[in-house]
Amino acid sequence: MFWDEKVETLPKKDLERLQLKRLKKTLLQVQNVEFYRQKLKSARVKTPDIKTLDDIQKIPFTRKQDLRDGYPFGFFAVPLQQVVRIHTTSGTTGKPTVVGYTRSDLDAWATLIARNMTMVGLTDRDVFQNMVNYGMFTGGLGFHYGAEKIGMTVIPSATGNTRRQIEMIQDFGVTAIHCTPSYAMHLAEVAEEMDAHMESLSTGLFGAEPWSGSMRVELEKKLGVTAYDSYGISELFGPGVAFECPERNGLHIWHDCYLVEIINPATGEVLGDGERGELVVTPLVKEAMPLLRYRTGDITMRFEDDCLCGRSRKVARITGRSDDMLVIRGINVFPSQIEHVLLRIPEVGDQFMVYVDRINHLDEMTIDVEINRDYFSGELQDLARIQKKVVKELRDTLELRTTVKLVEPGSLPRFEGKAKRVIDRRGEM
Amino acid sequence: MKKNTFVIKQISVFSENKPGRLAAIARALQEEKINILAFSIAEADGFGVVRALVDKPQKAHEKLGELGFNVAFTDVIAVRMKDEPGGLHDIARMLGEGMINIEYAYAYSGKEGAVLILRVDNVESAITAIKKGGGTLLESSLFQ
Repeated sequence: MFWDEKVETLPKKDLERLQLKRLKKTLLQVQNVEFYRQKLKSARVKTPDIKTLDDIQKIPFTRKQDLRDGYPFGFFAVPLQQVVRIHTTSGTTGKPTVVGYTRSDLDAWATLIARNMTMVGLTDRDVFQNMVNYGMFTGGLGFHYGAEKIGMTVIPSATGNTRRQIEMIQDFGVTAIHCTPSYAMHLAEVAEEMDAHMESLSTGLFGAEPWSGSMRVELEKKLGVTAYDSYGISELFGPGVAFECPERNGLHIWHDCYLVEIINPATGEVLGDGERGELVVTPLVKEAMPLLRYRTGDITMRFEDDCLCGRSRKVARITGRSDDMLVIRGINVFPSQIEHVLLRIPEVGDQFMVYVDRINHLDEMTIDVEINRDYFSGELQDLARIQKKVVKELRDTLELRTTVKLVEPGSLPRFEGKAKRVIDRRGEM
Repeated sequence: MKKNTFVIKQISVFSENKPGRLAAIARALQEEKINILAFSIAEADGFGVVRALVDKPQKAHEKLGELGFNVAFTDVIAVRMKDEPGGLHDIARMLGEGMINIEYAYAYSGKEGAVLILRVDNVESAITAIKKGGGTLLESSLFQ
């Protein structure tokens, strides 16, 4: 189902024409921001220099730290009078990042959410429980207004009191929920304890933190929903930037509103389709807080093929942060790539540890991986075969020779929250 | 059916090659009062397999499994050897003539003579070849 079929399925040429038009408008809009006036001036870029979409590469990147430095309102391109709402993102270090919205920003944002929810089949007949924080976090109000725009029956339950959440799902006949995947897991566990059934549920929208394919299987089984991945960051409005369609293989990022580039995070070089790197986005319809080439820090890649659903080119689900990138003998490696390889090999588990050493001036990467209990035959040669298989699969994906150590099941550390799977010992010499 | 009486269940335990792992396995068997009749360690790149013939294989499997070890049963056979020069040659010749490939073997020598534990590619053919050659197979009930 489409919310706006024409825009969602624009032919490539028309889409690029629209993108260029909006990019030029954004370039005018950023002239109201001192940071951008200076930035463009020192890069010797004048608005008329941007004649094609590729010309965007002349413009320097904007980083998260730039936004922090602009605290609180340094990046607003309109007078505060026209800003009708403010959200902030939690700052792990120092000040938070402030984002502002004009009335038309809020409408554009709600429209994107409406597109996403319609894409996965939700309509005004659905009863929607929004189980995320309704405060400064963008996920609460963002989804709320999008769902209302569709005409869904919205329950702004926010977070907390899981038993009450479950009762509301039962009593109100809730069909769709939105929350973080970890909260969904908690919800399922509490429901199990209560012996509560939630038969009305059919759709789960999960986002704000990365989650794996095995978590999807688990959540779908426990909650009886079809689970969809939602991607967004506050700097780009919030949730709604990209979303899974019913194919559930990659995220549709809304190209009419977000100009996408994938770069090598170490060099800034722009990468082609199918190459994994950092997502860089230039939002095309933001008024209050326009940004140019914003480095999201999220790792993904652009798909090479179109999607069966008819919408334009997808990006891969986010597989990590560019801060986690390792450079081994000059080759970029993301821990998430290792995880993906291991997930494909049933003979080993999906937990792993990476050790990086410098031996005789050469980087050496050692990966500890657990043998899968069910695949141990008792024969040494079978273990050696598994070890070789993992080395080969890693080499095919990473284009890098690694040392793989098979370890006993359950012996590797399990992480709650942020995992620390890489130990880089190159600096210790 | 009859051949099965000679098939012995060896326990094979996956172990990382690091200090204390064998001690942990041995302690677990001790706690369950399981006696080890024969055993060997095979080592590869950073890990190994501890192989043992024990008097209570099922119990050993359960106990080690509970402790998180990865355990599997492997079918082996045991052949009596003369504890004198040429003893091994007799057995090896029978298997060679029977076109049986030995994957690995280990031996012990006790009061009642020497015993060769064999893991072969085809257990049934090996049993036939040894019987044909006049060798003596030990029944699994002797161990377990």
